[in-house]
Amino acid sequence: MKNLHEPDQMRGDFELTRREFIVAGTAAVALTALPGVGRAQPAATTSQSALPLTKVSFNVNGKLRELELDSRTTLLDALREHLHLTGTKKGCDHGQCGACTVHIGERRMNSCLTLAVMQQGASVTTIEGLGTPENLHPMQAAFVKHDGYQCGYCTSGQICSAVAMLREIKAGIPCHVTSDLTARPQLTAAEIRERMSGNLCRCGAYANIVDAITEVGGKSA
Amino acid sequence: MKPFTYEKPRTPAEAAAATARHPGAKFIAGGTNLLDLMKLEIEAPGHLIDVNGLGFDQIEATPEGGLGIGALVRNTDLAADERVRRDYAVLSRALLAGASGQLRNAATTAGNLLQRTRCPYFYDTNQPCNKRQPGTGCGAIGGVNRQHAILGSSTACIATHPSDMAVAMRVLDATIQTVRADGATRRIPIADFYRLPGDTPNVENTLQPGELITHVTLPKPVGGAHVYYKVRDRSSYAFALVSVAAIVQRDGTGRVALGGVAHMPWRIEAAEAELPQGAKAVATKLLAGAKPTEHNAFKVPLVERTLAAALLEAKG
Amino acid sequence: MKFDTPATTNPIDQLKVIGKPTDRIDGPHKTTGTARYAYEHHEEVPNAVYGHVIGAAIAKGRIASIDLSAAKAAPGVLGIVTAENAGKLGKGEFNTAKLLGGPAIDHYHQAIALVVAQTFEQAVAAAQLVRVKYERSEGKFDLAAVKDTGVKPKPGLGGASDTAVGDFAGAFAAAPMQFDATYTTPDQSHAMIEPHASIAKWEGDKLTVWTSNQMIAWSVGDLAKTLGIPKENVRLISPYIGGGFGGKLFLRADALLAALGARAVRRPVKVALHRPLVTNNTTHRPATIQRIRFGATKDGKLTAIGHESWSGDLPEGAPETAVGQTRLLYAGANRMTAMRLAVLDLPEGNAMRAPGEAPGLMALEIAMDEMAEKLGLDPIKFRILNDTQVDPEKPERPFSQRNLTECLRTGAEKFGWKQRNPKPAQTRDGRWMIGTGVAAAFRNSLSMKSAARVRLDNRGMVTVETDMTDIGTGSYTIIAQTAAEMMGVPLAQVVVKLGDSQFPVSCGSGGQWGAHNSTGGVFAACTKLREAVAKKLGLDAKTAVFADGHVSAGGRSVPLGQAAGPAGLVAEDAIEYGDLDKKSQLSTFGAHFVEVGVNAATGETRIRRMLAVCAAGRILNPKSARSQVIGAMTMGAGAALMEELAVDKRAGFFVNHDLAGYEVPVHADIPHQEVIFLDETDPMSSPMKAKGVGELGICGVAAAVANAIYHATGARVRDYPITLDKLLGHLPPVA
Ligand SMILES: Cc1cc2nc3c(=O)[nH]c(=O)nc-3n(C[C@H](O)[C@H](O)[C@H](O)COP(=O)(O)OP(=O)(O)OC[C@H]3O[C@@H](n4cnc5c(N)ncnc54)[C@H](O)[C@@H]3O)c2cc1C
Ligand code: SF4
Ligand code: FES
Ligand code: FES
Repeated sequence: MKNLHEPDQMRGDFELTRREFIVAGTAAVALTALPGVGRAQPAATTSQSALPLTKVSFNVNGKLRELELDSRTTLLDALREHLHLTGTKKGCDHGQCGACTVHIGERRMNSCLTLAVMQQGASVTTIEGLGTPENLHPMQAAFVKHDGYQCGYCTSGQICSAVAMLREIKAGIPCHVTSDLTARPQLTAAEIRERMSGNLCRCGAYANIVDAITEVGGKSA
Repeated sequence: MKPFTYEKPRTPAEAAAATARHPGAKFIAGGTNLLDLMKLEIEAPGHLIDVNGLGFDQIEATPEGGLGIGALVRNTDLAADERVRRDYAVLSRALLAGASGQLRNAATTAGNLLQRTRCPYFYDTNQPCNKRQPGTGCGAIGGVNRQHAILGSSTACIATHPSDMAVAMRVLDATIQTVRADGATRRIPIADFYRLPGDTPNVENTLQPGELITHVTLPKPVGGAHVYYKVRDRSSYAFALVSVAAIVQRDGTGRVALGGVAHMPWRIEAAEAELPQGAKAVATKLLAGAKPTEHNAFKVPLVERTLAAALLEAKG
Repeated sequence: MKFDTPATTNPIDQLKVIGKPTDRIDGPHKTTGTARYAYEHHEEVPNAVYGHVIGAAIAKGRIASIDLSAAKAAPGVLGIVTAENAGKLGKGEFNTAKLLGGPAIDHYHQAIALVVAQTFEQAVAAAQLVRVKYERSEGKFDLAAVKDTGVKPKPGLGGASDTAVGDFAGAFAAAPMQFDATYTTPDQSHAMIEPHASIAKWEGDKLTVWTSNQMIAWSVGDLAKTLGIPKENVRLISPYIGGGFGGKLFLRADALLAALGARAVRRPVKVALHRPLVTNNTTHRPATIQRIRFGATKDGKLTAIGHESWSGDLPEGAPETAVGQTRLLYAGANRMTAMRLAVLDLPEGNAMRAPGEAPGLMALEIAMDEMAEKLGLDPIKFRILNDTQVDPEKPERPFSQRNLTECLRTGAEKFGWKQRNPKPAQTRDGRWMIGTGVAAAFRNSLSMKSAARVRLDNRGMVTVETDMTDIGTGSYTIIAQTAAEMMGVPLAQVVVKLGDSQFPVSCGSGGQWGAHNSTGGVFAACTKLREAVAKKLGLDAKTAVFADGHVSAGGRSVPLGQAAGPAGLVAEDAIEYGDLDKKSQLSTFGAHFVEVGVNAATGETRIRRMLAVCAAGRILNPKSARSQVIGAMTMGAGAALMEELAVDKRAGFFVNHDLAGYEVPVHADIPHQEVIFLDETDPMSSPMKAKGVGELGICGVAAAVANAIYHATGARVRDYPITLDKLLGHLPPVA
């Protein structure tokens, strides 16, 4: 196996780039995958209509939404770019930050790591579906009260995550810090912290977020 | 992402037919690993077969007294299942130590087993990587390799398998049940499921193209104290540097498997005979032939210490 | 308004609105997803198309050829911008490397092209079809290896490269107690959750960019300069910013390429840096190597203080000014500091939260702990013993205010320091080895000109406009509080509009200078507006009282709305500074206390308690200020325990360039955090009598953690981050 990083090979031309690999390796796939689309179309004549669009419909915040989408569209981009529900945030697009957390059914999920077409018929709740500035959801109100955010970019994800997370505790779903797997998990700070760890906050509002969730969880428990 | 066509079959037969029609197609389950990689064109299937309509989402008792876990059972549900919590606690623990609440809600049993390495060179398509692009070299050898394997690695690849769940499955002697495009089914013991990198690190397991995982079965419970001890730099939402799955019986005998150290969950049955002698003896056998890299020599003492801690915890 | 004499009593001192822990006024928007960030302006720009940035695949060298044909032919592609076809571009004042590279490549993931397509998916896919051939050249990527080639950097924001007072060498050699150690801090990433993003739209030769930027005026200037167009033709709008921490102080590739892309395809274009690109494409906090030497008397008085720091950056870059605080923090007659800058071909180093002080104190405050131990002194006593009330390099300059000792004492009391066993490795809690640590916090408070415009309408509504930004700091709220206090109206009567280059130029958000300067500017504008109101009504501005929505003087009381009349009133002014900050040293102080548990088997460190005591002038809003501090403490915890951009020293890039690879603290890493603000006002700082606090919070945290780890284990780690591999060899055997 040759190693491109052997010192003697590091000098000179580094030609094998990603783009060459890919063109060489998978161009054929792209062709077969795009029925009806010729390869050498000049840019001027290409348009969105050249795309094989897929129909998809799902319920978002109580409303049925029907879309025609490029099958590559993630649920996150469908929400943000097609439905203009920009409350759901894109922090990493790779499941690494939690900013895109929404509810699919009752469950919290990273909307960046699911395709919109896979959610045909699903019920999606986003931050916009929880409350409005005039009529805040109790979790939203608690975040305001406890200053559970700073820049606000992780906040939608934190709030959606928190609301569903409380349901998970109620349903008896254990977590990494649950000491007795056979007992019902309790609403403790340690439980909240572990369960919320899929939502990064670089502003570091964690301690305040835990206070907000504790207040809401305590009330609803 | 490369364009692809998409279908969501309703039956395994339909799914099998779909794989026959579309060589190079990929199944998608939770999507949490496949989509991640498709966005970077590390995976570029021309056709996606969404397996979420196939059922396979139940956990059922087997006639042998074990559990049959549907390939599509979500990691959250598997970890929360009463029987798993009671009889296979190491599996619950391993699942709960992985990823995040959101990801576990999406991730499936089969997808988790088949997730690919988190080697950063594998993830950076500008870099050489034999696993991603055979023949280009290995960026991690001589590069940044703190997370990488110390056991079973090759001169072609030193990546680790990142799954926590798989380590527990290994210690539980799980069996993977599949159906092939031609309809044939087979049962693969997990010990035979994963491959070491050798000269073909791109081939990670013994599945054939188009082969669908339908279930993972667990033999009947073996009792004992179950421990999954995961060591990582931050407290949560991080892959293991080293992990230990252990089942220890009252008499001190038991089983152990390691995560974070090799291209597969690492279990050497012969090492388990040393369990009554304590962690050091077991670690010595488990780590025989260990080849740490520039940045991960610490994993050698860490394995021993984590194992010791896990055994202590098992004692209660 | 010129601020050149210390503040006397003014309307802010009423503290009816200022100083209250008010909920943020932008809270209901941020918590409902209705606050619009850079990439989210569908309403203003309904027809934007998508740009995707391609980053260079090599660290140094040149592009031999670039073949766009396959990408151009891909579905939906509207155009591709490269250096070849972008026309002549300048380089911004604040940029070291070019934002659009090619043919020369200066660093890994430097942008080399923007692919614009109808949809996001098409742009991303087409970008993969661009074929680039590179000629790689040798680069320097290892700070330790090039350290000795470092030269004296030009004096910059961090001051001169070298300072010396007395005879350091002689005093050090003669000191009965000596200490000499070297520390390293790694490259770190801002890792803000919102990636850099922009939407650009041209109307004729006028350009509007919705972006995510901390410093509107700087970036208007740099965008104009880079494009070679007049500043007047550029408008930047940045009402909400999803975190910056210094990473969005400057014009970056997203904004430039969106502008170029929009020009090329004659449509508005939106661009967000995809996460794997952010780290190497944008700036980072540079790594340092720091040597610290102390000489002291036997009873613990420092007689010699030496601090040297080495860092690297691209050619024409700047050093990490890690010795800055050492010039001011402790007394000692003989002292020297020096910074050396070597050339590294890694991505561009630049400011990250508390540049200079954050990494500087990571080293200095471990050294203080080590020295205290050597002297057999309690680390708090040792710091208090060497406190100074004057600039130690220029003793004729007093600190405007310095309550470091008070911070340390208050914190010690609150944290239960008395109960601490000074000997390390003595306390166990099951499998956890427990330790506590302390460190001083220090960060300068900078005076920066800042302007605002204030409008009063006939309903008595007050509207503030300034190009100030709110990066999570709470600017919206404290500016509203300032205007409400000044005009005597309830908070609900104030509207705050920020982050638009059509508004008066503010200080912007950086260097913890935002709060006191931007509110100072609002104070100035409101003072003018009060005069205008008084004048219009024929009242004496000096004695007029603004309260309860009315202005009253000489027995008359008029509702403000009525005073404004149908046309309304407008006033604009700026706060400008004299030489108060030269005559005295304006700094903020604090003390951090941390308790850790170190897993005796695995060496994993988990923080159990954190306390910060801060002395930072008047606290305008204790709620948002506290949030700034806990957030900074969290980042400090990350710096201590996990944050490190791992350098591939052969290929020359940061390998862990995403949010899974570059670990920042998660919820489970952060315990309850306590913050105490000392009750103080600093009349030398501004009419607000406030100073910055958002960066003070990170200063010293990592060292407090390091000292706590030492106390827990007896293992002294001088290389950050303190990951378990560095502790394993020092831990007791596992039973
Ligand atoms: C940020 C982040 C952190 C993470 N941390 C951890 C961690 O700490 N520990 C850990 O263990 N994991 C971790 N994960 C990984 C996560 O567990 C996996 O992504 C997940 O388990 C994959 O399951 P999935 O159903 O989403 O798989 P998919 O992404 O749908 O599929 C993965 C692979 O399996 C194939 N596949 C799926 N179903 C079948 C089937 N029935 N038959 C045959 N092939 C199939 C797919 O074709 C694909 O190749 C993390 C992931 C992310 C993004
Ligand atoms: S270790 Fe394996 S996955 Fe990583 S770069 Fe080398 S070949 Fe690729
Ligand atoms: S955007 Fe989905 S997890 Fe970060
Ligand atoms: S509020 Fe800024 S990232 Fe959480």
